[in-house]
Amino acid sequence: MNKSQLIEALAKAENLALKKAEEVVNTVFGDMEKALANGERVEIRGFGSFKIKQYEGYQGRNPKTGEIINVSSKRLPFFKVGKELKERVDIV
Amino acid sequence: MSLTKASIVDSICNHSGCSKTQSIDLMESILKTIKMTLESGEDVLISGFGKFCVKEKKERRGRNPQTGDDLMLGSRRVVIFKCSFLLKDKINGKG
Repeated sequence: MNKSQLIEALAKAENLALKKAEEVVNTVFGDMEKALANGERVEIRGFGSFKIKQYEGYQGRNPKTGEIINVSSKRLPFFKVGKELKERVDIV
Repeated sequence: MSLTKASIVDSICNHSGCSKTQSIDLMESILKTIKMTLESGEDVLISGFGKFCVKEKKERRGRNPQTGDDLMLGSRRVVIFKCSFLLKDKINGKG
């Protein structure tokens, strides 16, 4: 499922115009993006939480050529699955 | 400070002009759709944000880190998140 399918599903389920559903979905993920860009945590009960992890730079190698390259430090979001979602997905 | 469902609901309310109750319903509806899709084993891709993937984990031999006892970990399904490069750039101040 991609974003436009999510928008369609929301429009259908909630009887909304497609345009409005798009606006709402963009608001939700836009807010999360902004929070993460500011280094804030995001916590959605039953779904999961995001936090920013700081990774130190290190010296790596290009596996093809063996050339040494410097990987600079970076920040990445880390998603921890919430209890409810974790249990629901695990049922096989 | 952390962003919670309540603050996202407020934001939906402000941006869309929907009532508070309707905004709550919309937020829950989005989450429900994503959860049901993942539950069915299908990935959810939000372009510009990231991808929620369902990954099958095989059965493997593990160890209880406290006692050192061998044990078998059963096969399971987990959700992993892959960050979009657009989001990564934003977080690292390049966006």
